[in-house]
Amino acid sequence: MNTLKFITAGNVDDGKSTLIGRLLYDSNSIHTDQLGILQKQTKASQNGEIDLSLITDGLRAEREQGITIDVAYKYFSTDKRKFIIADAPGHEQYTRNMITGASNADLIILLVDARKGITEQTKRHASIGSLMGIKKAVVAINKMDLVNFSQNIFEEIKQDFEEKRVELNYDEIIYIPVSALQGDNIVEKSENTPWYTGEAILPYLEKVELSTNVQSLARFQVQWVIRPKDDAFHDYRGYAGLVLSGSYQVGDKVKILPTGIETEVIKIERHQREVEKAQAGENVVLHLKENIDISRGDSIVKVSETPQEANQLKTWLCWFDNTPLNLAKTYLLQHRFKTVRVKIQSIEQKWNINEWQFSPTEEVRLNDITQVNIKTNQTLFFDAFKEIPQNGSAILIDETTFNTVGACMFL
Amino acid sequence: MNDYLEQLEDEAIYILRETAAQFERPALLFSGGKDSIVLIHLALKAFRPAKFPFPLVHIDTGHNFPEALAFRDKLVAEIDEKLIVGYVEDSMKKYSLKETQGRFPSRNALQTYTLLDVIQANEFDACIGGARRDEEKARAKERIFSVRDDFGQWEPKLQRPELWNILNGKIHKGHNVRVFPISNWTELDVWNYIKKHKIELPNLYFSHERDCIVHQDKLVAISDFIQPLPTDIVVNEKVRYRTVGDMTCTAAVPSTASTIDEIIAEIIETSISERGQTRLDDQLSEAAMEDRKKQGYF
Repeated sequence: MNTLKFITAGNVDDGKSTLIGRLLYDSNSIHTDQLGILQKQTKASQNGEIDLSLITDGLRAEREQGITIDVAYKYFSTDKRKFIIADAPGHEQYTRNMITGASNADLIILLVDARKGITEQTKRHASIGSLMGIKKAVVAINKMDLVNFSQNIFEEIKQDFEEKRVELNYDEIIYIPVSALQGDNIVEKSENTPWYTGEAILPYLEKVELSTNVQSLARFQVQWVIRPKDDAFHDYRGYAGLVLSGSYQVGDKVKILPTGIETEVIKIERHQREVEKAQAGENVVLHLKENIDISRGDSIVKVSETPQEANQLKTWLCWFDNTPLNLAKTYLLQHRFKTVRVKIQSIEQKWNINEWQFSPTEEVRLNDITQVNIKTNQTLFFDAFKEIPQNGSAILIDETTFNTVGACMFL
Repeated sequence: MNDYLEQLEDEAIYILRETAAQFERPALLFSGGKDSIVLIHLALKAFRPAKFPFPLVHIDTGHNFPEALAFRDKLVAEIDEKLIVGYVEDSMKKYSLKETQGRFPSRNALQTYTLLDVIQANEFDACIGGARRDEEKARAKERIFSVRDDFGQWEPKLQRPELWNILNGKIHKGHNVRVFPISNWTELDVWNYIKKHKIELPNLYFSHERDCIVHQDKLVAISDFIQPLPTDIVVNEKVRYRTVGDMTCTAAVPSTASTIDEIIAEIIETSISERGQTRLDDQLSEAAMEDRKKQGYF
């Protein structure tokens, strides 16, 4: 049993929170005392039915305003899979929160109101999911109960979206007619849509296959050097880190970057157990043949599979801070465990997520998605985000406030 | 990697190592409860054969279960790591603080003073805690690295975005970060992990006989801190603890579950949440946890 992380995109009006509430409620993931609190909250405003959207809005300001401001994480599991939902706000002013939620998602559910069809917002959300490297999308056409479960309306919306998908990088998009409020095609197939031959949302989520990067080139960055001071382990020197992609085996000829020194993997430990092989997603401790000076942030790659190296590179830059990008300033770029100083040399263009078009721009402001050229004070060893996302992504940090001001996906 | 427990374990070990690497003086907050016992187990996996790059910190409210304290001392001796204890009773004297009035005096909110004092005295810049996002709604919005200002306060609207698993631990002097390695674990995940790795727990977690006062459908243990009144209904029941907090504000649950498997079966069956069933102080208001966190609670 593994975990599927997904993000739900859409706003309250599309029934997004209701959909999440429905998934939690119908999979018995809400406890009765929490339900009691919900009923108490609902009583004042509604006609006695439980407002499932109240499950996700955790902060007082969110409940008062009836909107989701921050990303909330919700958990449920069935006997087939464990699920983590990132519930991100839909409004344009919270684009950065959605980018954050999408950065950790395997799949995106795009909520579409059957009465409104594909809107600017749908396009914006679809575009963000694609940009952040999500490979699977579910277009949930919601509120089918309000259009008499009309197959024509469902097909029109589907066709409309299909025409747009060429510009997106999803491997798989499926369309499901639902009513989150009434539970149609959420957990079980609905009798109201006999014309729909696909699956309900939950069964699909239970079996959808996740893409892995075990087959990619091998990438490993040193996170932490384990050197016991104890005499019993005098010669122990292990390089702990995360296999970002690909796999490593005992006997692999490897190269340390930036020094370029070549050596061999002689032992791999996984949680104190010796193993022969380590693969993407696993935390392991590598032991090398030679006693070399290696520190946090250094890369250990296979001799035959070296990454790109450069001091200047082109990257996507999504801006998260209220203060716009300042081209005169130096920023910190955190590329996994390695942090370097950077300057943004030039802004190439801005991606207008509503129109799906590039336009020239002079500035980078909150929620802007742009392509820029950066210069680093140390050589970076990286891959394009599209090739190996784990080694092609970084965050930008303001040197004075220490805020995370941007997300970079290397081009 | 197809096992969700292994995924959770990897994520937690990654966060622990990241904390060790990014901070000058981290600490691991150890409450004696199952979640922090699991944290210690994860830290052993992350750092052995070397010592932990941080001490353990226990905030002692003075209302602890004796079993939990005994277990703490035994565990610390076994793993041979450093333990720092901060006493809430010292803070109560120093700041003239009073616990909440009434039958079941809570020192829950007072812990914050002691924690902030310990952080300041030791110049800790990061405190690792065992909080989980599934526990409570305000916690669901919590970051893995949660930045707190000089007053230890949490500002939910100004949280740093956390992208991928790149953690930004850069802070100004005087600020500190609360680190939550098991954010994405649920109560059931914790129990399944304890089972898989045969992790030892205080016997409070397993069914035992205990004299309790029945208070608003909840069972509160009779102890040095809570004595029955003549009007109280006192029962002797087979109970266990689902969470281990203070003796004064943690309720026992009726249970005959004496093995991990039986406990897991009970948790799957139960329709009441962990905090809802066992904490007497979360239900005061809808935003009780959010307010406490803003004050510096973890």
